[in-house]
Amino acid sequence: MSTTTYADTAVSVNDEGFFEDPSQWTEAMASEIAKEQDIDELTELHWQVIKFMRSEYAEKGTGPTVRVLGKTSGVSIKELYQLFPKGPAKTAAKIAGIPKPRGCI
Amino acid sequence: MANDGIMTKRIVILGGGTGGTLSANRLRHFFPEDGVEIVVVDQNDDHVYQPGLLFVPFGLTHTDEIVRSRGDQLHRGIEFRQTPIERVDIDSNTVHLADGSELTYTVLVVASGSILVEEETEGLTGPSWMEKVFTFYDVAGATALHSALEGFDGGRLVVNVVDMPIKCPVAPLEFCFLADWYFQQTGMRDRVELTYVTPLDGAFTRPAASKILGGLLEEKDVHLVTEFNTGEVDGSGGRLISYDGREVGFDLAVVVPLHGGASYVTRSPGLGDELGFVPVDEHTLQSAAKRNVFAIGDAAGVPTSKAGSVTHFEGEVLVENVRRFLADEPLDGSFDGHANCFIETGFGKALLIDFNYDTEPLPGHFPISVGLPLLKESRLNHLGKLMFQPLYWHSLLPGRDLPGVSSAMPTRGKDFQATS
Repeated sequence: MSTTTYADTAVSVNDEGFFEDPSQWTEAMASEIAKEQDIDELTELHWQVIKFMRSEYAEKGTGPTVRVLGKTSGVSIKELYQLFPKGPAKTAAKIAGIPKPRGCI
Repeated sequence: MANDGIMTKRIVILGGGTGGTLSANRLRHFFPEDGVEIVVVDQNDDHVYQPGLLFVPFGLTHTDEIVRSRGDQLHRGIEFRQTPIERVDIDSNTVHLADGSELTYTVLVVASGSILVEEETEGLTGPSWMEKVFTFYDVAGATALHSALEGFDGGRLVVNVVDMPIKCPVAPLEFCFLADWYFQQTGMRDRVELTYVTPLDGAFTRPAASKILGGLLEEKDVHLVTEFNTGEVDGSGGRLISYDGREVGFDLAVVVPLHGGASYVTRSPGLGDELGFVPVDEHTLQSAAKRNVFAIGDAAGVPTSKAGSVTHFEGEVLVENVRRFLADEPLDGSFDGHANCFIETGFGKALLIDFNYDTEPLPGHFPISVGLPLLKESRLNHLGKLMFQPLYWHSLLPGRDLPGVSSAMPTRGKDFQATS
């Protein structure tokens, strides 16, 4: 675990850069985290996914996998990869300030 | 609870596979017939010994040796209804069957496993399906793949897992190991390039096992492509294409399609999740949505492998909890996610892994220090795998305890120092 700064606020992240405490996240931090993931600008569609990730996490305690995201977020898997080329579930979770989605076993 | 004014309790079990059959038989043994009716519903009468499917493509077994009647595996006093299921209404405790009839229940056990959803992957069931692109995850696919392997004259053979979860996550690796063995036997290994393409970041889901299985792939000259999320299968062009634009070429593809829960689950409001699996408490197997609904085996949305061994270990807790629920007692929360898998590695050898929710697969011996070697190739494990099929039909399904095999994960033979 280490500390980093987004939007002039110190937050705790794990080795892979995922938030340890999603309550430390604010919308103002999203664009800074996105830039680290090579996403220069967050569009409306990006935000739709980010907000969906946060509400799913609040409800279920884990972010959705990419397949579930494709079925439930209103954005298709193809579009999701265009929005988040490095892997939609992981990247969107990072930008949304929630832990890495628990993969299936 | 009353059904149609009669003071009989009715347990309805949806699915007559491993979980449904062993639960029905154990429950029948426990409850007197005049107090509790037990009904098992399934759409067909073919009970497949699914671990056997791996061996069909290599001609090591035939489908008639691994398929039996579902009804014949159920004890006397259990009613077997052969019909598709339309949907379940969990508010009125009613199962609507495709033949138009209804079945009310006191307790519902969802044991309908998982299905293959090939159509969810673009191009997978295109013109080359069952010609150049196969799966061994069902009887028809495994049989067709057997002919294809016999006619294969060399080239690139790719084994691809589209996405998790899948049944028996070790089976695609076993397929690679057996393919290496098979082509050595037929004298053409030098003309076959084997590649394993997975969405995971390593050979397997669990780190300790992933390392050892990854090493085995390397040893057997099977290339490993990781973090590949298959977006499209281009059969005629012989390419797997990932969502992020990478490609893997093939002359013959063995694909493990996406899995989902039985289709009636998604037609039943409140019963399942987005993929059609039934969310249940991971220790009691009781549904989060309704207290008189339980799920077992592949149908259950719990964070452990979808495997027959898991289903078997869940059986004990499930049956106990159905009993406790009907007696209005607090449930038993002892299911620990125990899984136990023989991994066939070719040349008459196999590896054994044993793990649960909290413990990674560890080296050592199973179930105690003089038992079968864990995480290590051995002839003994291969014999154990072969011996399991008769035990499945004659001990596990009838609901007998297997000697030396407990539901909770054994710790006595494991080397806990070995975790890295």
